[in-house]
Amino acid sequence: MYGFEIERPTSVADAVAALGADEAQALGGGQTLIPTLKQRLAMPSKLVALSGIAELRYVRREGDVLKIGGGTTHGTVAREAAGNFPGLAALAAKIGDPAVRNRGTIGGSLANNDPSACYPAAALACGATIVTNSREIAADDYFQGMFTTALEEGEIVTEVRFPIPEKAAYTKFEQPASRFALVGVFVAKYADGVRVAVTGASNDGVFRWSAAEEALSGSFSADAVAGLAAPDGSDMISDLHGSGAYRAHLVGVMTKRAVVAAG
Amino acid sequence: MPKDNGIGASTKRREDVRFLTGTGNYTDDINLYGQAYVHFLRSDVAHGRINGIDTAAAEAMPGVLRIFTGADFEALGGLPCGWQVTDRFGQPMKEPKHPVLAHGKVRHVGDPICAVVAETLDQARDAAEAIVLDIEELPAVVDMRKALEEGATLVHDDLTDNLCYDWGFVEENKEAVDEAIRNAAHVTTLELINNRLVPNPMEPRVAVGDFNAASGDSTLYTTSQNPHVIRLLMGAFVLGIPEHKLRVVAPDVGGGFGSKIYHYAEEALCTFAAKALRRPVKWTSTRSEAFMSDAHARDHVTKIELALDADHKFTAVRTSTLANMGAYLSTFAPSIPTWLHGTLMAGNYTTPLVYCNVRAVFTNTVPVDAYRGAGRPEATYQLERVIDKAARELGVDPIEIRRKNFVTEFPYQTPVAVEYDSGDFHRLMDKLEARADFAGFAARREESKKKGLLRGLGINCFIEACGIAPSNLVGQLGARAGLYESATVRVNATGGLVVMTGSHSHGQGHETVFPQVIAEMTGLDANMIEISHGDTANTPMGMGTYGSRSIAVGGSAMVRATEKIINKMKKIAAHLMEAAESDIELRDGTFSVAGTDKSVAWGDVTLAAYVPHNYPLEDIEPGLEETAFYDPANFTYPAGAYACEVEVDPETGRVTIARFTTADDFGNVMNPMIVDGQVHGGLAQGIGQALLENASYDENGQLLSASYMDYAMPRADDVPFFSVDHSNGTPCTHNPLGVKGCGEAGAIGSTPTVVNAVVDALQSGGYKVDHVDMPVTPSRVWAAMQG
Amino acid sequence: MTEVTMTVNGKSVSRAVRGNELLVEFLREQLRLTGTHVGCDTSQCGACNVHVNGEVVKACTMFAAEAQGAEVTTIEGMANADGSLSTIQQAFQDHHGLQCGFCTPGMVMSAAALLKDNPKPSEAEVRHHLQGNICRCTGYHNIVKAIMAASGQDVGAIAAE
Repeated sequence: MYGFEIERPTSVADAVAALGADEAQALGGGQTLIPTLKQRLAMPSKLVALSGIAELRYVRREGDVLKIGGGTTHGTVAREAAGNFPGLAALAAKIGDPAVRNRGTIGGSLANNDPSACYPAAALACGATIVTNSREIAADDYFQGMFTTALEEGEIVTEVRFPIPEKAAYTKFEQPASRFALVGVFVAKYADGVRVAVTGASNDGVFRWSAAEEALSGSFSADAVAGLAAPDGSDMISDLHGSGAYRAHLVGVMTKRAVVAAG
Repeated sequence: MPKDNGIGASTKRREDVRFLTGTGNYTDDINLYGQAYVHFLRSDVAHGRINGIDTAAAEAMPGVLRIFTGADFEALGGLPCGWQVTDRFGQPMKEPKHPVLAHGKVRHVGDPICAVVAETLDQARDAAEAIVLDIEELPAVVDMRKALEEGATLVHDDLTDNLCYDWGFVEENKEAVDEAIRNAAHVTTLELINNRLVPNPMEPRVAVGDFNAASGDSTLYTTSQNPHVIRLLMGAFVLGIPEHKLRVVAPDVGGGFGSKIYHYAEEALCTFAAKALRRPVKWTSTRSEAFMSDAHARDHVTKIELALDADHKFTAVRTSTLANMGAYLSTFAPSIPTWLHGTLMAGNYTTPLVYCNVRAVFTNTVPVDAYRGAGRPEATYQLERVIDKAARELGVDPIEIRRKNFVTEFPYQTPVAVEYDSGDFHRLMDKLEARADFAGFAARREESKKKGLLRGLGINCFIEACGIAPSNLVGQLGARAGLYESATVRVNATGGLVVMTGSHSHGQGHETVFPQVIAEMTGLDANMIEISHGDTANTPMGMGTYGSRSIAVGGSAMVRATEKIINKMKKIAAHLMEAAESDIELRDGTFSVAGTDKSVAWGDVTLAAYVPHNYPLEDIEPGLEETAFYDPANFTYPAGAYACEVEVDPETGRVTIARFTTADDFGNVMNPMIVDGQVHGGLAQGIGQALLENASYDENGQLLSASYMDYAMPRADDVPFFSVDHSNGTPCTHNPLGVKGCGEAGAIGSTPTVVNAVVDALQSGGYKVDHVDMPVTPSRVWAAMQG
Repeated sequence: MTEVTMTVNGKSVSRAVRGNELLVEFLREQLRLTGTHVGCDTSQCGACNVHVNGEVVKACTMFAAEAQGAEVTTIEGMANADGSLSTIQQAFQDHHGLQCGFCTPGMVMSAAALLKDNPKPSEAEVRHHLQGNICRCTGYHNIVKAIMAASGQDVGAIAAE
């Protein structure tokens, strides 16, 4: 790592102020950023650790919305969302490994928007609202391609609001080495329709599979998906773990399984 | 003998206590006063000409002590190769120089160019970034077939091509083999790849060099499986330090699997720099660095043909392999695809004619060398895959075709030089059939079907050659080292016994098992026995631990040295009891005169040896210390029969190991618990190779699977509980303990078992797939299913 | 440099740390607690696992400065008060759950975290929980067996050799 200072504010306001410094960078759980720093792929002058901000750590239900503080770890979501939104809790329980889940945060994951991360699929499929220190951003506007989001420099994800679906499930086909999603599909059924978001597969990052949404909104069943053509493989990631065509095929399989798992 | 610590007892490991409490002493735990740190600037291109290295700015950076480049080592030796293979035409292999730091050219991504020594590691890394390299990138030679084409770019400009050697074995049989294949009733042909692996012991390599200005002695602390070999290679061939001025210490070592046999550039650099700077110099590899600097493994492209007569007897095997050497010859690299591979091509069978051709190829990739099994997995994989394919083509049972061809009489002289001393392959298969519940397979397949999964059963038999020896034979085959082992047994005045062994434990449990043998021989309590290893200052010489040789060779040396001790003690006891030496018996730690009630305790004899007041000084010297060097008469030949059941998800291609059953013959077993553990570990590595692991290069020579993000290590949920058995082995006939070695079996026997099972599963689902190359990843299975 | 104070294995320690100093560097280099190991640089192998405020974390993927005020437990703090092996440590020895010992501290720390939350885990739960702990020696067989045995389950039948 290059040398840098580390600051550990205890409030969002202090964190935002600290991030005003030149080349300052926010540190969430660090589970992606720290390995990146070890490779000297980033050169911040200052890291602003968000882990000391108690006000960013919560999971609470308000009406039909589950609100999760941006600094909440995956492990906490796995435990505390289980009653209100089991599909999301199950997703959180399968991110990385136990040690990663005890540090990694939902805000950090969404801010990074790794094309193989799990949370983006949930946020997009649920039409979640990403709340920052300065504004609210709809998920449909938030994700802008791999590692790219609507966040401005120095903006912190303070909360994520998930409308709680009637039924939902996430199925992940793991890349065998990293255990990130080779393809992950989140299916969420609401009174007004079904949303399907796919992570891991596309060169453009997380995306909604509209053909599946249409079919499932008509009939929420595995059969409804079975008849669909796989999405276009030419837009899919192709690497040593699988071709674009394979990933496209898996999108169909994982969607079907998510529908079954959602019950 | 107390039941819990003699031969055959599952004695709990004494070394565990320190590892479980965080008090082990691994090389990275060693920090010397005044220590500086080295960071290696490594090539990020696979092939390039070094036109200039400007270190001026870097040398002026804070904390920088010295920057070494290839020029500093120009007058010194390169990293030596320990085995010279002679080709089909009687010519020696090509052996290009392997410089400590790249000189003239860089030849693989990770090739070290500069070594920056600074007060702190961060300072060394900062300075490395300030070095200005002028490297003209050259086309990379990656694919072995292309490397051998006319006009291919040369990895080494001083060679005429990229061929290291073209080896044939047995060359005299070539025409007879060709003829047998022409005349066969059936020939089965299979082309396959034995995938490149990265060994990945969990402890990355570390080297700490130290220099004592007062004595002029150098010391190297290093993560090695064989510190004496490092002392010899580095001292004599690289740095010109005589062995008596060089001490090499390999303390607790966190796994090796072959990758810590070799002498590496970083060891030489740290030793050299410590002397130059009069400061200890430390290097700790990161995992990312390990991926591009630890020797890789396997990487064969093979075509094998099996000829059968009308009765399904094997009549000939012909095989042709391209073996990747990487950019330089690692310490034992040339021997792996040849003498550790061709000599196993008869397998467990009576095939009378074998011809094995191997062309070793230089490429712009990390050097390739031995890894758990080393050559024998490559031989077993191709042979057992082609037998399986033949059985399917002929519609015969894969077990029956194997049984029909088993060697049944021992000793058995194979057509590929080696002579199997003992074995019972039918009994192994009988055991496997009983324990793997083949009868219940059909029902289990139905259960899998209900879950939408295809279940397959794979069978495999294998034999390996371990404890490589004797020295005079391996010398004829090109080894530049002896392959004996030494042990010194020292008994102190107060009766405690220390074994200084040249074997090195990096997970095998020598500190527990070796005392079990001594306890059995002497009747001493295990807490009276200590094992010392890993320090050239303690042990006379050592060839180290690899090739499943520790108990077979190192254990035998210890037995011989202990026998000398016991004989001397009997002389002393005879004197003390005024009896004839031939009447003295040693039982439960007490010397007695046969047929009388006269006895003298172990401690009385040891005390007499060091306080020789009443002592036969005219016949024997005082003291109790004996050394033995043991050079085996032959290899040992562990063998086994394995069965694996897999489930394949036809929608995703994902393969899951459902059951894995083994029946092994390791000869006599010293500690069944530890042997079980060795098999478990080997199986996981073999399953890893079969399903997960792949060191994959792109056409530019960039390693794509260069971290655990892309190199799939087997994890706990990739494997099931294993059902292993090694009871009632046939003892080795030529070593004192009757042992064969158990370290590599699991890795050798498992890969074809898994792939045979996958093919069985796919064919059961109606897919016309007769082979899938390893690693059998979901995407490859899915692609194979698409036709 | 920043001053941090934390409790490590029951003892309060204060040291100045660099901003980029990882918790594992702090433990190994400043406190000389070398039982916590570094086996990778991509946060996957788990050899560096320790407990921070009772939860298992990777000490190589957390800065020392972030442990300000925390309770940290390392492998050196896992034995019983009288120095004897804890139930989990003893089970690893009894069931040969370690070979080279390098991944072992991380395995023990993970196992302890698992059994705290799930006192009687199934085989599948143990294997899933160990996703972030890589062992190259044991094939995991005896690690899983040891953890199940440490939880008081009879492993004679389920982990038959």
